[in-house]
Amino acid sequence: MTHSSKAKGKKIIARIVEYAVLIFASFWALLPLVSCVITAFKTPEEYQSTNVMTLPSSFAYIQNFIDAWSQANMALAFRNSVIILVFVLFGSILTGSMLAYVLSRFKFHGNALIKNLFLFASLLPGIAMQVSVYQIMYTLHWINSIPGYIVLMCGTDVISIYIFIQYFENISVSLDEAAIMDGCSYFGVFFRILLPLLKPAIVTVMILKGVSTYNEYYNANLYLQDKTKLVTVATSLYKFTGPLGNQYNYICAGVIITMLPALIMFLLFQKQIYSGLTNGAVKG
Amino acid sequence: MERKQKQSFAKWITSGKVNKRLCIIVFTAFPLILLLVFTYLPFARMVQFSFYDMGYIGSREFVGLKNYISVFTRDDCFKALRLSLFYLVGAFIQLALALLFATMLTGNIKGSGLFKGFLFFPYLVCGIAVGFIFKFFYTRGYVLDTVLQWFGFQLDNLPYWLRDTKVNNISLAATSIWRYMGQNMVLFIGAMASVDKTLYEAASIDGANSWQKFKYVTFPGIKTIVVLNLILSISGSLSVFEPPYVTTGGEFGTATYFVVMDKLAHNSNKVGIASAMAVVLIFLILLVTLFQKWFSWFFLGDFEHDSKLEQIKMKKRNKLAEAYAEGTNKGGR
Repeated sequence: MTHSSKAKGKKIIARIVEYAVLIFASFWALLPLVSCVITAFKTPEEYQSTNVMTLPSSFAYIQNFIDAWSQANMALAFRNSVIILVFVLFGSILTGSMLAYVLSRFKFHGNALIKNLFLFASLLPGIAMQVSVYQIMYTLHWINSIPGYIVLMCGTDVISIYIFIQYFENISVSLDEAAIMDGCSYFGVFFRILLPLLKPAIVTVMILKGVSTYNEYYNANLYLQDKTKLVTVATSLYKFTGPLGNQYNYICAGVIITMLPALIMFLLFQKQIYSGLTNGAVKG
Repeated sequence: MERKQKQSFAKWITSGKVNKRLCIIVFTAFPLILLLVFTYLPFARMVQFSFYDMGYIGSREFVGLKNYISVFTRDDCFKALRLSLFYLVGAFIQLALALLFATMLTGNIKGSGLFKGFLFFPYLVCGIAVGFIFKFFYTRGYVLDTVLQWFGFQLDNLPYWLRDTKVNNISLAATSIWRYMGQNMVLFIGAMASVDKTLYEAASIDGANSWQKFKYVTFPGIKTIVVLNLILSISGSLSVFEPPYVTTGGEFGTATYFVVMDKLAHNSNKVGIASAMAVVLIFLILLVTLFQKWFSWFFLGDFEHDSKLEQIKMKKRNKLAEAYAEGTNKGGR
């Protein structure tokens, strides 16, 4: 009797410690974001006169958001980002799944070579290559070109190919064979039969590639230099590095605007995001 | 006549072998061209550039190994790699935290979904926003200083987090932990979910405490992904770029190797030296990768073989646990 109550007490203490640790960690995870939210709702006078962690007098003051939206040209930024996102996702899903189909279904000379070429490419850090990629983009006249940027973003993608290859290996080849017997061409097999079956893999790639494309700052900044026309959501914040560099009430408002789509997506597709990451990590 | 030809063409094109070849060519051409143009061509050009004194525009002059000598002798190039140590230690801490929280959240704790979301969300914030958030966070007298004062620290005793060269690289490594710990955690939670649940029950029956459960049941099941992440963090910390780039711009002694390289290429127009730097680092990363292959072969054995072994072990353990459970039940009666 005493033994079991002792064990119970120990268990309760362990639980309390666990909660304390988790709350402490969540505090530090959220603190940078919460402080941003607090500051974004402050009037310029409040921002000057109160401590950063003092709550604003009202969470209804949205002038900072309106100013940040217009100063950073965010309407255009969202339009550009959506265009880029749609084409990059379409392009990389189509090319990735097509290549994976060929590599996993056909034995031909060069199959292993192509696989190894992609594997080796995944070892090269992207930033290291930018010195000479820039020169190639310059030669192609693709600096300050959204189509050029889209092609670049589709081209530097290896992980999605691996996700698709893995997935193809789980789809029985007898399905292909049956369709071929019925007179379907190889193209037909891919587009009519296999592509619809790839849905889970496509969702995974959409999440991984979508997050990285939406958040891409370095490449967008380097290759879309004309910030009056070709601004994306990530690079729109660049506006705040200049003379506005210390006005954090505007900057925080801008940061929150860029975060909102990610937050909404996260709340809607939490499960898919978690499982997408887990699936993508097996090979990545 | 024409129609007939068309029909036969259509037949020819859909006939097995030709169709197969056509499919291979059409489906591989575009991805391969992209790969060659944006990875292998730049790689080749980079090696070529590294032997020239050149900018993006203007004349170039062949200088042999001079750029490589500069990389190793200049104060700002190769020595910048020592900053990687901060990020390497940071990466280890990040993995340890991720393991800890993943273990906690897989146990049946209330609100685990909420905690998981809190810890994970920073991963979805874009790099430049992270930069602004932490510039604000670390500013003198702002967020971090205020909170530390709540806990009883004196402002005068606190350093300038981003300027003081004693702490600023630690501050930056911390931003990296903040951003990526949750992602590691989600990966580990995913891996832990695939560990056989009955093993935990069996361990409980045997009277194992939670540390023993972690050591003997959880860890063997997720060993592969943990070791993989550990090794990836080595090449990751060699190629750190974003944390200093977006937060300090590499000032106050926070310029990592790639930040220096980027500045040389795009601000000073010294493409030759920048290319040599990139080649040197890629060489280092390939060495690390080879070491990783050797390491995993030597210590873990082939991964697939390993997992099969694990399955066999698991089955054996299950049977033992069942037998044990049955035994205790009978004994109790």
